[in-house]
Amino acid sequence: MGAEILDRVMTRLAKGEEARVTHGILVLDLAPGAVADAVRALRDDFGFDMFLDVTAVDWPGRDPRFDVVWHFYSTKHKVRVRVKAGVPGADPAAPSLTALYGSAAFMERECHDMYGIRFEGNADLRPILLYEGFVGHPLRKDYPKRKEQPLVPYREEAGP
Amino acid sequence: MNGRVIPIEPAGGPGKSAAFEYLTTRKDELIGWARKFSIFPYPFVTACCAMEFMAVSSTPYDTDRFGAALPRFSPRQADLLMVVGTVTHKQAPILLKVYEQMCEPKWVMAFGVCATSGGFYQNYAAVPGIDRIVPVDVYIPGCPPRPETVIDGIMQLQDKIARSQHLIVNDRF
Repeated sequence: MGAEILDRVMTRLAKGEEARVTHGILVLDLAPGAVADAVRALRDDFGFDMFLDVTAVDWPGRDPRFDVVWHFYSTKHKVRVRVKAGVPGADPAAPSLTALYGSAAFMERECHDMYGIRFEGNADLRPILLYEGFVGHPLRKDYPKRKEQPLVPYREEAGP
Repeated sequence: MNGRVIPIEPAGGPGKSAAFEYLTTRKDELIGWARKFSIFPYPFVTACCAMEFMAVSSTPYDTDRFGAALPRFSPRQADLLMVVGTVTHKQAPILLKVYEQMCEPKWVMAFGVCATSGGFYQNYAAVPGIDRIVPVDVYIPGCPPRPETVIDGIMQLQDKIARSQHLIVNDRF
């Protein structure tokens, strides 16, 4: 039952190279501009009613530098689908899905915190896990591994 | 802010005498003995070490034997700040505020390796040891610490309290 819906999704939304099944999940590789329409079709026509997460992958040295990755789940068909879109490192922007899934808002904020992806259409991209005044995006590969940005000035003498 | 062990008033001056020195020592001992068995902990519990904290507080290990059983959930009523778990940079201002709300005399215990040194969180998010934020009296290693380690830490803190000088001991007392 699951495979049949995935076949239909594949025929409708992707052609050839853009779609493949890896690790048992259908992956749709789309252009950022095509994501919103494809996800609307997934939700309305194929029953993918649950927004699981949105995150990003940093590929330093690659163009486009970032992959934005969404996961959706269909509670009716019990299958998942993964949507990927490459966005450039200079101005990483992806469409916001808050209009389709309310739960996307917080997860887009987290992704914006960690990778600096700007979700166009999400009106509230304030820090959610980080704090006001944090400079940079800590999950990017070029963020120094041990760089700290303390809110409280450290004591002069540490230790007892 | 650093006055966790409050030095006695300098004994110099007109009231100084051998008898006063002797009595002061004995009274420090007495008050130290009383204080070390009436620790009121404030559990600043942030992470998984909380499970170990519950284990050590409850019947099989029973910190009540050390007078340290009753957690006060207001820092104003507590004299031992137990920082149990990872403290992030976002949380550091809260920890400092809690510490500053506590009345003297006060002691701080770093419970577990994250509170002690940050543990394996050497990254953008975690404070590498709460002693960067507040002064710490006793460090308890372990991830999480064994109950025996915690009890050892409490006993070391008791020794420290017993050996301290106490401000309320002066020549009028």
